[in-house]
Amino acid sequence: LSATSEIPKEDGRPKWDNKFQYILSCIGFAVGLGNVWRFPYLCQIHGGGAFLIPYFIALLFEGIPLLHLELALGQYLRKGSIGAWNTISPYLGGVGVGSWMVSILVSLYYNTVLTWVMWYFINSFQEPLPWSVCPLNKNRTGFNEECYESTAVNYFWYRKTLNITPDTVESGTLQWWLILCLATCWAIVYLCTIRGIETTGKAIYVTAIFPYLVLTIFLIQGLTLPGATEGLIYLFTPNLNTLKNPRVWLDAATQIFFSLSLAFGGLIAFASYNPTKNDCEKDAVTVAIVNSMTSLYASIPVFSVLGFKATTAYWDCLDRNIINVINEFDLPEESIMRQNYTSWISFLNSSYPEKIAGLKLKSCDLQEFLDQSVSGTGLAFIAFTQAIVLMPGSQAWAILFFIMLFSLGLSSMFGNIEGVFTPLLELQIIPKSAPKELLSGIICLISFLIALCFTLGSGSYWIDIFDRYAASVPLLVIAFFEVIGVVYIYKIKRFSKDVEWMTGRKLNLFWHITWRFISPLLLLIVFMAFVTLQMQKPPSYTAWNPKYEGFPMKEEKVYPPWVQAICVLLAALPCVCVPLVALFHLVKQKCRSKNPSFVPPEVFSCEGASS
Amino acid sequence: MLRALLLILSVVAFFFAELCKPDAQNAFKVRISIKTALGDNAYAWDANEEYLFKAMVAFAMRRYSSKSTTQISNVLLCNVTDRVSFWFVVTDSSKNVTTVPGSEVEAAIRMNRNRINNAFLLSDKTLQFLKITSTLSPPVEPSTPVWLIVFGVVLCLIVAGIVFLIVSGIQKHKKKNKESTERENLEEKVEVTLENGIPCEALDLKAGHINGVFAADDERFTSL
Repeated sequence: LSATSEIPKEDGRPKWDNKFQYILSCIGFAVGLGNVWRFPYLCQIHGGGAFLIPYFIALLFEGIPLLHLELALGQYLRKGSIGAWNTISPYLGGVGVGSWMVSILVSLYYNTVLTWVMWYFINSFQEPLPWSVCPLNKNRTGFNEECYESTAVNYFWYRKTLNITPDTVESGTLQWWLILCLATCWAIVYLCTIRGIETTGKAIYVTAIFPYLVLTIFLIQGLTLPGATEGLIYLFTPNLNTLKNPRVWLDAATQIFFSLSLAFGGLIAFASYNPTKNDCEKDAVTVAIVNSMTSLYASIPVFSVLGFKATTAYWDCLDRNIINVINEFDLPEESIMRQNYTSWISFLNSSYPEKIAGLKLKSCDLQEFLDQSVSGTGLAFIAFTQAIVLMPGSQAWAILFFIMLFSLGLSSMFGNIEGVFTPLLELQIIPKSAPKELLSGIICLISFLIALCFTLGSGSYWIDIFDRYAASVPLLVIAFFEVIGVVYIYKIKRFSKDVEWMTGRKLNLFWHITWRFISPLLLLIVFMAFVTLQMQKPPSYTAWNPKYEGFPMKEEKVYPPWVQAICVLLAALPCVCVPLVALFHLVKQKCRSKNPSFVPPEVFSCEGASS
Repeated sequence: MLRALLLILSVVAFFFAELCKPDAQNAFKVRISIKTALGDNAYAWDANEEYLFKAMVAFAMRRYSSKSTTQISNVLLCNVTDRVSFWFVVTDSSKNVTTVPGSEVEAAIRMNRNRINNAFLLSDKTLQFLKITSTLSPPVEPSTPVWLIVFGVVLCLIVAGIVFLIVSGIQKHKKKNKESTERENLEEKVEVTLENGIPCEALDLKAGHINGVFAADDERFTSL
């Protein structure tokens, strides 16, 4: 397959309205929920500002090269993931199939997370917010027991939203409110992806830009809250000692990798709708840097709000102790304030130690409250919702926050769906005369029906499983084979000539070094470290069980064998496509070479017309 | 005479003092947090407020038992602290030097809690009767849950959008078909650029013509 003039200009392939739409789509795909709820958490637990060092090293040597590779590949071959890898080599077709499968698995559960966001969004229109108060128990003498023992936000999340079962094995029933929200979410996805990039290109203007607006609003609001500075100082104070822990480097590498949404096939699909003479190198660097800057920018309001929450919790703790002491000693009100609390306590302790001991005062430590780190759904649906209740005008903040999360997730969904849609369109599953709307409708309908499993009582446990196993190991494997495939099978010389033709300048030495050696090596190390860490202990999870003795702490449980088998299946299925397809072609080749009448002819066909 | 009177008074006072003391039978502890409730508008707790309190308790007893025999002097306060907290009992004037049973007092207070709170501009939390639990008011529940309304609005908008897009897509498709058949008819009259008997447009629109004999097994490229 030689470079130059075989690819005609007008081949009926849809294209982006303008370059900005394409860049925005790539940025929207890369910037997702993880930028808001995973990166700040990693910064916090891995020594604050010091985490940025491994993060930027990983960005430079792993993130940007792989991103450039995928964009260049898609742009040059002008095909989705399956078609592109079949073109590189039929033996590597499995890489395309693998990434197509991962896109399907991730689309299924990712939209369910958006379902939860939507549920919270439509519940934000009430006064008071439903997660701010506990409901009363049956005879109205007190609060609901499960709610009283944990907190109102926990109760709303685990009981009113998920209606969670105490175990993965107990499926529970389908939650009808979640089914309604799931249907709405898939309808929104269908609305936006109905004609492929024609419609997502228009929708992305809103879904990609809106989150930045809301983040800025939250930034301004967050910085004015009391306790925000404590939160920010806590986040960004660098602790260089953590860099000695290899876990930190592993987390940085995996975070960059998953944050940029590499190996999903969506980026290849997006780039395939580009004109071929486009500077993919600049695009890759732009997208990667914007993604990382967004992560940093998002962590500021997140940590201001978390600092505010910790300070408020600390003040509540102090106030409760003060009330107890005042009531016990019948001191006048406002005699003990937060500032002189410690001096009063030491005075009272020296004079009446038994009384003080009898009160069982909790020790209030601001550092302890700041240390309570959460990531993922815990951050959004528990920590943040609690902080929002404490702000004036909570409804508005809640609405803004959940619309922002929804837009972030939706723009990532576009990329996932494109990764599924484009290869199917090319494989011509449906006849060409049938409209594109039909194919996207079928994809959305089937995905909705399968995703109904996630609306069961045990649904969130299954989403954790999918997140941990389907969206982690297979991506590393596929990315590794992508780099090896392009560099050593397609041959880097050929590829660099193709890229040169597209960008108009010679391929920089940096790309040669990273594509040939550094990135594959890094991926291999990350993959092995990741697998080793996973294998060290049997896969376990934490369950919400009201009947547990340690309630409201979550109960540690181990997955039963059949669930573990499913985990392995989820991780292995996309990976195993790669050798399977190669084997299939090998066997076919052997069969044909055995049969002498079938001489493989030279074929000149209008390859361009078929893309 | 005077001495006898004084003796009787002191005995009565003694008994009354015995009736009202911390943890006495049928006595209740009250805790008031005026500064928490009212902040800058807080009033000071003095003898007048105590008088109002006694009046409110007497009122509550009268309303509850509708006997109209409870007087303000029947309500005894003691052990007032700076907190502000104190104990009170309600004596029964019909029976000599006894207190009204605690259950009756509790029921009376419960029935009139709202009135008592409002007299002092306080709430259940800031005017606490320590042994009397308050019935919590149920949250206001609208007839249709609000979220269902919002959900309905969102869903309607989305369905409208989908229908609009599908209909416009069908219309565009029909227009394109009509145009292409018109163009084909036009070209058949004029000169058709043919290649192997196939018009050029068809080559662009369809999937390309691959000669089945030569393209066996989709192997269009030299294999590895």
